[in-house]
Amino acid sequence: MNFEAIKAIYLFEMARTRRTLLQSVVSPVISTSLYFIVFGAAIGSRIQEVDGVSYGAFITPGLIMLTLLGQCIGNGSFGIYFPKFVGTIYEILSAPVAMSEIIIGFVGAAATKGMIIGAIILATATFFVDIRIEHPLMMVLFFVLTAVSFSLFGFMIGIWAKNFEQLNLVPMLVVPPLTFLGGSFYSINMLSPFWQAVSHLNPVLYLVSGFRWSFYGIADVNPLISLGMVTLFLVVCLVILHWIFKTGYRLKS
Amino acid sequence: MTPIVSIRNLTKTYSNGFQALKGVSLDIEEGEILALLGPNGAGKTTMISIICGIVNPSGGDVTVGGYDVIRDFRETRTLIGLVPQELTTDQFETVFNTVSFSRGLHGKKANPAYVEKILRDLSLWEKRDSMLRELSGGMKRRVLIAKALSHEPRVLFLDEPTAGVDVTLRKDMWQVVERLRESGVTIILTTHYIEEAEEIADRVGVINGGRLLLVEEKAALMKKLGRKQLILDLTEPLVALPAGLAIRGLSIGAEGNTLVYDFDAEHEHEQATIATLLRQLAAENIHFKDLSTRQSSLEDIFVQLVGEDK
Repeated sequence: MNFEAIKAIYLFEMARTRRTLLQSVVSPVISTSLYFIVFGAAIGSRIQEVDGVSYGAFITPGLIMLTLLGQCIGNGSFGIYFPKFVGTIYEILSAPVAMSEIIIGFVGAAATKGMIIGAIILATATFFVDIRIEHPLMMVLFFVLTAVSFSLFGFMIGIWAKNFEQLNLVPMLVVPPLTFLGGSFYSINMLSPFWQAVSHLNPVLYLVSGFRWSFYGIADVNPLISLGMVTLFLVVCLVILHWIFKTGYRLKS
Repeated sequence: MTPIVSIRNLTKTYSNGFQALKGVSLDIEEGEILALLGPNGAGKTTMISIICGIVNPSGGDVTVGGYDVIRDFRETRTLIGLVPQELTTDQFETVFNTVSFSRGLHGKKANPAYVEKILRDLSLWEKRDSMLRELSGGMKRRVLIAKALSHEPRVLFLDEPTAGVDVTLRKDMWQVVERLRESGVTIILTTHYIEEAEEIADRVGVINGGRLLLVEEKAALMKKLGRKQLILDLTEPLVALPAGLAIRGLSIGAEGNTLVYDFDAEHEHEQATIATLLRQLAAENIHFKDLSTRQSSLEDIFVQLVGEDK
């Protein structure tokens, strides 16, 4: 294992986060706080409780997931896309580092950054709504697994993307509908049976449901199935990345 | 002595069908400076990229320090430093950090004293806290060299290191290369400035169209392929060589205004012929107003080789 290389990549990526602190950390926190003000305090007080939980508290896990997904995909994809774009990737490709070490460095940093922001949002939420966490260990597990899986997913997008438009395609066009329709703001039990069935095709549903269960003990889907789905997603990403590095897809000609 | 870099039948065909390398074999000895010459698209960068692990080969083998570049990539890449052709840098990093990053990437523990030494050697120490985007092109080139040296490589690839670099900086750079060679580092450089290769290299390789046309000691190459020419500017143009002037290597140039005699300066007989030629010219009543000699440079040899290859 080339630990020095992992450390170098990880610290390099984290340094980039520090340089862009305002954009990286402050802006997602502000935008999420706006959700809490609007849905938690302003409108939330007029919305019925969902499964015995106040609406503001109900949406908190979903909001954290929404930000975590977006941040992890964004960080993961940009981290590898940028060296590809400016050409500095030559150095990583010609260094004595294995695929696993490159991934640990980049994805580790992307996930760390995502989790820091997620934690800040969770802390912010306590100012607006009453939060309780019934299964803290499971909460951390869901949190970490999601951060790592989606950072991996982002990393793949970064390798695949040939230009900035493609880089933004998935985060802008695919992620918002999936998160908004994945039960972040409602319980899918409120939907008709048909749309409930359709929702089960949405991977984000499992994340939000499992994560919310770790907070309030209420879930749309069995938490074990949720955990299984997150793990499955993680494995799929790893398999695809293994293939990417083996063939040099879009990295080496 | 076993070569530090050994290339056997290396081929590369890109996915668009372009055949960049058509079976190159080359041994590079430890401690030498090898200059690779070749026109654009000859395959120089492709060859370097394969050795460094940036491009996958289509066929053939490469070993560095006895290790296979694909199977034992950790060993070979630890031995190699690469200065790429393009000025690719992380614009928002500082000089010191980017060089330290390169060292870490190559698995070496942080060593600020060593990084300081490199930066001082390359006259970059004053700029250590500057962001890369604030540097001039020449300074960026130095940073790339510093990055390539950060992990104490034994083999250094310089891909057109002096392209777009002014004369002073180029001289500085060659001093650095000279110092590296003295410390035992093997240097492989590609260049368009043939006079540079002539000045600095021990051996010269010429690549064209994905093939290595030759690799030779510079001195031997100049001796073998270098010619001398005697040029006579005539007072009156000649239409054809008179029958009495049948000397091998003599030809008419510049639309009959000059006589050109190609000869081998090492060859005593051919030297003697010059006197004969001048006597015969007087006999034929051919007068000249000026005479000059020139020795073919590496550039002439290169142009000739690449020209013949077409």
